[in-house]
Amino acid sequence: MADIAVHEGAHAHEHDAHGAHATSTGLSNNKLAMWLFLGTECLLFGGLISTYMLYRGRLGNGPGPGQVFDIPLTSISSFILLMSSLTMVLAVNAAKEGDDRNTRVWLSATALLGALFVGGQVYEFTAFYQEGLGFTTSLFGSSFFTLTGFHGVHVSLGIIMLMALVGIITRSKVPGDKAEVVELIGLYWHFVDVVWVVIFTLVYLIPA
Amino acid sequence: MAIIERPSAVPTFAGAGANAPAVVTPTQGLGVFKRPVAASGWKSWVFTVDHKKLGIMYGVVSMFFFLVGGVEALLIRLQLAAPDNTVLSAQVYNEMFTMHATTMVFLFVMPMAAAFANYFLPLQIGARDVAFPRINALGFWLFLFGGIFINTSWVLGGAADGGWFMYSPNSSPLFSPGHGVDFWVLGLQITGIASLVGAINLIVTVLNMRAPGMKLMHMPMFTWMVLVVQFLLAFAMPVITVALFLLGFERNFGATFFNVDAGADPLLWQHLFWIFGHPEVYIIILPSFGIISEVLPVFARKPLFGYKFVVFSGAGIGFLGWGVWAHHMFASGLGPVSVAVFSVATMLIAIPTGVKIVNWTLTLWGGKLWFTTAMKFAIGVIVLFTIGGVTGVTHAVAPSDTQQTDTYHIVGHFHFVIVGGAVMGLFAGLYYWWPKMFGKTLNEKLGGWNFWLMFWGISITFGAMHIVGMQGQPRRMVVWPEKLTGEGFFNLHFWNQVATWGAFTIAVGVAFFIVNVVVTARKKERAPLDPWDARTLEWITASPPKEHNFDVIPTVHALDEFFHRKYEEVEHEDGHVKLMKVKTAEEILAEEEARADAHIHLPSPSYWPIVLAFGLPIIAYGVIYNLILSFVGAAIVLLAGFGWALEPSVAEDSDYDPPAGGDSTKELATIG
Repeated sequence: MADIAVHEGAHAHEHDAHGAHATSTGLSNNKLAMWLFLGTECLLFGGLISTYMLYRGRLGNGPGPGQVFDIPLTSISSFILLMSSLTMVLAVNAAKEGDDRNTRVWLSATALLGALFVGGQVYEFTAFYQEGLGFTTSLFGSSFFTLTGFHGVHVSLGIIMLMALVGIITRSKVPGDKAEVVELIGLYWHFVDVVWVVIFTLVYLIPA
Repeated sequence: MAIIERPSAVPTFAGAGANAPAVVTPTQGLGVFKRPVAASGWKSWVFTVDHKKLGIMYGVVSMFFFLVGGVEALLIRLQLAAPDNTVLSAQVYNEMFTMHATTMVFLFVMPMAAAFANYFLPLQIGARDVAFPRINALGFWLFLFGGIFINTSWVLGGAADGGWFMYSPNSSPLFSPGHGVDFWVLGLQITGIASLVGAINLIVTVLNMRAPGMKLMHMPMFTWMVLVVQFLLAFAMPVITVALFLLGFERNFGATFFNVDAGADPLLWQHLFWIFGHPEVYIIILPSFGIISEVLPVFARKPLFGYKFVVFSGAGIGFLGWGVWAHHMFASGLGPVSVAVFSVATMLIAIPTGVKIVNWTLTLWGGKLWFTTAMKFAIGVIVLFTIGGVTGVTHAVAPSDTQQTDTYHIVGHFHFVIVGGAVMGLFAGLYYWWPKMFGKTLNEKLGGWNFWLMFWGISITFGAMHIVGMQGQPRRMVVWPEKLTGEGFFNLHFWNQVATWGAFTIAVGVAFFIVNVVVTARKKERAPLDPWDARTLEWITASPPKEHNFDVIPTVHALDEFFHRKYEEVEHEDGHVKLMKVKTAEEILAEEEARADAHIHLPSPSYWPIVLAFGLPIIAYGVIYNLILSFVGAAIVLLAGFGWALEPSVAEDSDYDPPAGGDSTKELATIG
């Protein structure tokens, strides 16, 4: 997402997309925008988490958290997601060193771990459904699936971005500063992981 | 439009476009399509990423929705003009007041403020565009398509009918079985994305792209207030997004988030809505505060009194605005502690607001007042907003508020602050900045009619509503029966008719504005470069500004930079130090043009914003009618996203070089 490049002379033709040197804060436009976006996401998940906390004890005729949650399984998938943050860091590091091959490897690894997490979530949802907890079963069910579903969608979008980035790097077509693009997607990815830590703690570990 | 311009040695005050642009074929680049290259015609608008063109488009579309919302208001007033009236059926009446509010708030006041913010924020901070020009274009198209989407519900089985805050159970499938509420939910999601991306874009622009020397405390007040508003938007929009998702899931997928029968708590909606809704009130009013803080000093010929106080009180309003939402819910049984806390917090917010009013008044004090139309509107804001603000303080007193909740007294109050405050302020902006945007000054005589009709129309309409509200007339009731009108001076019959006449007075006032625009567009006379002897950076450029805004990015030394370049303190022979005009605007502009940048590289137009935005209403129609359509829409969004990501926002340099000659050529090359 390159922005406005002002060229003071015909010779200054380097394609300068990050432009960090030119901004008033010293932070590049892209990075500042990503931080702001993540700030707004906090409010989004804040609203969803509040809804869940309000409704988690309202079970109707359906099963409650204690009956459906499989803590060991979700702990494993949470661990997998947290490990994907590590691979993401390695990808950012490789991108900063200009190492395309390792960037692609670590990005792919991150996407794979993310996909494992989403797979775990799909498995978990299916199991809950078979145990009698559907989206419309109770307020607990509706708010649980809404909250974790939104998180799952965020992870899935992250996977799409990671895979697209791998493809684009392979074809050497990254517009702008490659290391920064990797870093921006990394920021998003870490944020989604941190949100999961909060969700895992509040939803799974602290009993209703 | 991306252009490279080798500025002419001869200053052209009339603006760019004097030279016919030479079009260059763009390279394929990295995107799927070649870039759009049109420099004129409809394509130059549809694919533009120029903040000024987008600002004008925002303005035109919001003005259109203002007329739509106005017609809806007039129909409501016609229905209420006589007892047991039958102009509208109860169902259509419910749809009418819901859509009147939705249209005015989301499709007129907010985007009209966005129009000014888009156009003037980069100019006021000395930038050549916003930080993310394509996202800016995306915001506009989402707003337009979202607005059209909501309004298509009128012909697709009826509009939303739950009132603009759409309380449960009115919004539930049981009480609103049609698709109106679904259109409302999905349409507001779409315009919400527009506000969110716009907010992020403008915050980054203000924080990152200020001209050299422009510290935060050198920024014009409009820019400051817009910055506060963008923070409010960025953090309020996600909350309403959550609420709308929950309501959408309840209506379309069988969830029961707000259904009391299923054990849910309908107050959840009210909390989520007002956590968004109260900051929204300041989102509506603060741009107008910013505009009149520009207009008053210019026409009082004095600096703004207490600049820092106005900045910090604006930020204070933005901050406190998060802690008062439950004063909309005093009648819902929150409990005495909550009510007391929110009551006190609400009274607190009167303090920074009062600070602003004192500062504006003292700006006028001792000034050489010049009563242009813009000035009249700005003073009108002080008067009408203060009246509305005073009744607002009375609503902070919970025992009094519970008497007035859901009566016309409340309707009168918030129309005083929104129409008298926000809308009048936007009109002040239109009259003040029109010569900058279009190079022609709006007619002052027609402007006078415009102002006085609106001023008295607002006072009469909403003043009368205070009276009928105190008599107990509830809001949102389709009829008031003859036998309940009461007797004597305060009878409902008379004052409802007064309100209706007042509403038509406002309409005539607005009609004068439209006539004024047409008359002004047809006249040949150009506005002077600096018609108002203005103070801020947007006036250090041609009118209308050139495509690249500034030939050279101005270096800022002080607050009110333009003023300080025009005026200096000169010592007279008798020892008196007097402020003297040492330079005209023309001379300052000529100086800037003389040292113009040789090579200006602007962001390039793009197909992707409009394509991406187009996918969202398709998804929304799909949710209502057939999910297959949603997948088509999602595919469009995804593909447009890829096209967008692969396309550099600034075209290749080789695309920019003019067809012939080197740096010394004077021609313009328009490229994709």
